[in-house]
This record gives sequence, C-alpha cells and structure tokens, in this order.
Amino acid sequence: MIFKKFNIENKKARDLIPQAITVLALISVIIYFATNAQINMGNRGISFGFGFLNQEASFDITFSMIEYDGSHSYGRAFLVGLLNTILVSVIGIFFATILGVIVGISRLSDNYLIAKVAEWYVEIFRNIPLILQIFFWYFAALRALPLPENGISFYDISFLTIKGWYVPKFIWTNFNIFLLSVISAFIAIYFINSYATKQREQFGKQIPTSIISFATLILIPLITFFFLGVSLTFEYPVLKQLSPTVFTYAGGVSIIPELIALALALSMYTATFIAENVRAGILGVGKGQKEAAASIGLNKNQILKLVVMPQALRIIIPPTTNQYLNLTKNSSLAAAIAYPDIVLVFAGTALMQTGRAIEIISITMLTYLTLSISISIFMNWYNKKMAIKEK
Amino acid sequence: MNLIAKPSKENIKTYVPIGLSLVSLSFLDVFVNAFFNLNFTGFLPSQLSYFLPLIIGFIGFYLIRIEFSGVRSLDILNKNINSNNFNALLTLFTIFIIIKSIPPMLDWFILEANFAGNSKDDCTGDGACWVFIKVWFNRFMYGLYPDAEQWRINTAFLILFAVVGVSFFVAEKFKKYFILFLVFVFPFLGIKLISGGSFGLEYVESAAWGGLSLTFIISAFAILFCFPIGVILALGRRSSLPAIKYISIGFIELWRGVPLITVLFMSAVMFPMFLPDGTFIDKLIRVLIAITLFEAAYMAEVVRGGLQALPKGQYEAAKSLGMGYWRMNALIILPQALKLVIPGIANTLLALVKDTPLIFVVGLMELAGMIGLAKTNPKWLGMAMEGYVFAGLVFWVICYAMSRYSQNLEKKLSTER
Repeated sequence: MIFKKFNIENKKARDLIPQAITVLALISVIIYFATNAQINMGNRGISFGFGFLNQEASFDITFSMIEYDGSHSYGRAFLVGLLNTILVSVIGIFFATILGVIVGISRLSDNYLIAKVAEWYVEIFRNIPLILQIFFWYFAALRALPLPENGISFYDISFLTIKGWYVPKFIWTNFNIFLLSVISAFIAIYFINSYATKQREQFGKQIPTSIISFATLILIPLITFFFLGVSLTFEYPVLKQLSPTVFTYAGGVSIIPELIALALALSMYTATFIAENVRAGILGVGKGQKEAAASIGLNKNQILKLVVMPQALRIIIPPTTNQYLNLTKNSSLAAAIAYPDIVLVFAGTALMQTGRAIEIISITMLTYLTLSISISIFMNWYNKKMAIKEK
Repeated sequence: MNLIAKPSKENIKTYVPIGLSLVSLSFLDVFVNAFFNLNFTGFLPSQLSYFLPLIIGFIGFYLIRIEFSGVRSLDILNKNINSNNFNALLTLFTIFIIIKSIPPMLDWFILEANFAGNSKDDCTGDGACWVFIKVWFNRFMYGLYPDAEQWRINTAFLILFAVVGVSFFVAEKFKKYFILFLVFVFPFLGIKLISGGSFGLEYVESAAWGGLSLTFIISAFAILFCFPIGVILALGRRSSLPAIKYISIGFIELWRGVPLITVLFMSAVMFPMFLPDGTFIDKLIRVLIAITLFEAAYMAEVVRGGLQALPKGQYEAAKSLGMGYWRMNALIILPQALKLVIPGIANTLLALVKDTPLIFVVGLMELAGMIGLAKTNPKWLGMAMEGYVFAGLVFWVICYAMSRYSQNLEKKLSTER
C-alpha cells in the first residue's frame, strides 16, 4: 500500500531511484577497475603518467611522412602513425567516393550489362570481409608483381614492382608562394561565385561561373611559375644495382606495397556501400521532379545538375558520412599487414616496449574518437548547408 | 550523307543481317583470340588489328539500332544494351572484357589447377594448387582442435541444424519452445560439448579452437548477446531519465567511435590490468565480451532508428490501455520497431560475421588466421592466393546467404498493404 502511494504520487522519487542505482553501479565499477589497475601497476613498478611520450622511442618506422628515426620520441612516433592513418584514410575516401559514384550510377544504367556488372561488383566485394581483401591484395596479388630489375614501367617515369610503386618526386622551389597562390585562387573563386549568385538573383543574368572558376584555378598558380620564381622539377626513379642479384630504385618516391594494398582494399570495399547510397539517393528523388523540370524546359544536364543532384545529395550525404567514418576506423586493419599506422606503431610497438597498456590504449582510442567526431562535425555542417531551407 | 540511309524500318531487311553478322564477327574475333590465341586480323597494322573488333562491333550495333522495328526481340535488345552510341560502346567493352578474362580464370581455377596429391610437389600446373586446401581442410575447419575429438564440434553443429530444421516443420504452437531451447539452452550445451572437461569428455582449451567452426561459435554467441544489450541501450538512449540517457549515449558513442581492432587490443592487454591480480579470464571470453559490446552499440543505433520511426500514437495508445513502461515496450513498441529495422539488424549481424577474422590480433585463429598460419608453413610457401580465394569464397557464401535471407524475411514480415 505504501509502495503504491509512493509510486503514483512521487514521480520525482520514482524517477530518481533507477538513475541513482545506475550511476552508483557505474561509479563502483570504475572505482573497482581503478583500484585494481593501481594495485597491478604498483606490483609491476610502473606509475600512471604520460611522461614516456618524451622518451626516446629507439625503433624505426618503415614509412613516414615526417622526419623520423629511432632517436625521436614516442610522441613523434605517435605523430608518424597518426599521419599515416590520415594519409591512407584520405586516399581511401577519395577513391572510394569516385568508384562508389560510378558504380552507383552504373547500377541505374539503361544498359542491362553495365547494371548487372555493377550489381555483381557490389554483391561480391560487400560480402567478403575487408581483412580478407586486404590479405588478398597484399599477400597474393601484389606478391605476384615482378622484381625491381624487370618492374612494370610506365613510360620510364614510374615503376611498379614487388617492393612498391616508385613514382617521380616533386621538387619545388618557393613552394610556399605556390601554395598561397592556390589558396588565393580558391578565395577568388568564392567571391566570383557569390557575385554571380547575386547577379543572377537580382538581374537574372547568367554568368558562366564554372568556366571562370576553372580558369582562375589554373591561371593564378600559373602566374607564380612565370613571375614569382616558383619552379617544379621531377626526380625520376632510376634502377640501381646494389649487388650482382639485388636491384633497387634510387630517387623518386616509393609507395610501399602495404599502402597500396590497404588503399585498394579500403576503397574497393567502401565503394560498394557508397554505391548503394548513391543509388538509393538518386532513386529517392521523385519521378515527378524530373518531369516537372523537363516540362519547364530544362535540358538533361540541367535537370541532373539543378534538380536531381541537389535533392539526391541530401539523401546520400548522411549515410556516406558514416561510410567515411567506417573507412577511417577500418584503416586500423593496417596492423594486419604491418602498414605503420597508429595502431601498429603506437598500440603495437610502443606498447610492447613501454608496457604502458592503459595510457597507450586510451590515447589510441581517444585519437580515433577525435577523428570520428571531427569528420562527423564537418559532415553535419555540410549536411545542414545542403538541407532543405524552408521559407 | 545520303549514300548510307539511316537504319530504319524500311531497310530493316538488309541492315539487321549485316549488323548482326558484324557484331558476331567482332565477338568471334575476341573469342578466338582469347581462347585459342589466334589472331585473324594479324595481317593488318597492329593498332588497327587491336581495335578492329571494337570498330566492327560498333558499326554493327549502329546498323541494328532501329527504333520501333516491330521485331520484338530486336526492340528488347536495343532497349537494354544498345540504346545509343555510348551504350553500345559500353556493351562492347563489357563483353570483350568478360570474354578476355574467362580463359585465364578458367585456367587458374580448373584447367591448369591441381587437385590430386598431398604435397606441394604434386602441384605441377600453372594454375591453382587446390591440394593445399585439400590437405589443410581439416585445420581450416577445426583449427588446432585434436583430430580425435572433432566429432564433438560436428555433433554440436549437427544438433543445431537438426533443431533448426525440425523447427521449420512443427506446429506453430511448439515453435516457441524450439526457439527458447535454441536461445537459452543450446548455446551453453554446445559450448560444454566442445570445451569438454566433464561427462568423461577430454578438456580442450580454447587456444586450440579455430578455423571456420570458431567463426561460427564467436558469431553465434556475439549475435545472441549483442541483440538484447543493443535493445536495452536503445531504450536507454530514448529514456526520459537524464542519467540513464546520457550514460547510454556515452556508452554507445564510445564504442562506435573506435575501431574494433583497438577494442580487441584493449581486451587483450588493458583489460587484465583492471582485474584483481591473479584472476584470469579466458582469451576467448574476453574477445567475446569485446565483440559483443562493440556490436551492441551498433545494434542500439539501428534499434533506435526503429523506435524513432514509430508514430507517437502507438505509445499513447499503449499507455491509455494502462500498460507500464516494460509491458508497453515488450508488447507494442519493440515488435513494430524491430520489424521496421530488419535490414539494419541484418547488416549489423553481417558486419559482425565479417569482423570475426579480426580476432587474430589476440592470437585466436579462425579461418583467415588458419590460412595465414598454413601459408607460412615452410612446406607450403606461396599458397596465399589459393588460401585467400578459398576463404573469400567461404565467407562470401555465408554473407550472401545471410543478406538474401534477411531480404526474404523483410518481404515476409512486411504488413504493408
């Protein structure tokens, strides 16, 4: 009887009890784990702290975008791993998007064969675990490439071999000026576009913005080459004999097979999901929209650009964001083929050397959380920009 | 320009035979080149000889592109693969690539492949060495599980298939007992049978488990546990109680923000630090907990989608009937919400199955891991292609079947009229 009264009349108290129990349970679990961790670390003679990040790492990393060797700190090693993760994610996202859009549109093609081929591409690559695809490219496909001495040559400027893909190296002088000119070109394009929009809205004048933007993007950086002392030369890879049987390439940039395999597998796998999103997005635009656009006299390209795509993008973007996030997280599978990403370098080698499991795993997880959250914040912003603006 | 009339209904009698023969000729050229390595057009300059099939085929397709020809099969053909010049080119390219890639594939998979024998030396052909799969098949299925005890795994899976099979044929009334047995009794019975240690069965430690059977065991247990946890988390996230809501959000977003591989690393190296000194939890159980919690977070988001899609009226109707929170959710809300998100649930379960090979990071070896082990065996070096193609095929069949089944289920349960 008392319980019933309490139950009905005191909603606040009734709500409080389950919450209090949950919070207490959570806190006690955390305290239990923390005390255990403290005792365990005390037994092993290690104390919690992030000071080790400044210590000398004394291990080498096979592939690094910034200067690094064994004498640098663990913090620097972490940065190398992080940059490698970002590199492979960006490459993967780039190719996955292109491939995904092509396959997605192909699935809707009038051409029966193309539609079928695209469908089977999706069915095959989506239903095989990503890790197996990475293994396949790395251990089977790329291992079948020739040795350096008879590498596959692309017009003698680039060579594909079992040890990696050797491409020319860009040697810039005054790269900063070039970079500034590209940035200023983008700023100029932004202003051109907003001016064109204003003209169109106020006076109904059409300005060919895409051609002007393209020209700006080419011209402004080009000027720097002629007047501001920017120059670009290429250093081509050249075959070099190390010993009677061992060859290698000197000069140029070597893209390691781990990176190729990982980027290939990631983009081919993620492309299947993006393709499905693209297909769903285009199908999601009502037929009436296209017919209405045609009836007011727009041509096929205009219909696609002005009516179908803006609406389809609204459907496509949110799930595609998720795929970008997935790709970034999946890039951690790099550890399986020894591509030096953050998991391999930091949660692998550094952890083995220092034994600081809690700190290192926490940093790694926090890094991924930050990456995920920043991609989703950016895409949410973009999504909001694209969303229907109701008046 | 008037020398050659545009293909139309009037000249259909002359154009279609010419066009069809040109198209067939181009396919024949590529076919003969691909299968018998002969080049009919070798007398021509090499560039021309190379592109000749494309040119002939293109002209042929142009000639047979007759709108409203009145011939049904021709109209269907034109509509599907030959609606304009661009489509005709795409069609030609696709068919040429398919014809070109068949012979090497056929050679590698079957004609040049070796099936007989029991060592690497028996593989003399240029194709695949399926002997490798044959010799290691037992290991790929059962891992390092002792040969003499493998009947236990077989029995467990046989019972599973038998029960599932029988449950399809029994009356609707008894079905729920079968499901209860499968969900609450069988998993623990099966795991006892496989691990042994009592009833006179020899104990087999989990480090020896492996191969495809381990994939199934881990998937089954993770699916079993991640589903209820996911539902509870989804309800928690929708709860009106702030503490429960924010704890659920935090929990879900934490797992969704990190890759599974770091979670597995955590279970392997960080988790033991959190337990009292000397306690030891089996590796397999730690992995199972990690995968379950990880997938439960994804499941929670899928279920939440279903909960959000339900109209408010359903909640209000349930409440007006006097139902409490749990009864409302169990009887009214969840059955509808879950049905809405069957594709999402299926995708999550598929992702779970596809994620199982990752357990290699803690040293457990299911199918992909066993192949990794076998291909580094000194006697079997260079067998990576065969191994991963085999594993890919096995996983593909499993995942494709799952996705097909979920599509059927979705259709069957759809109540839309």
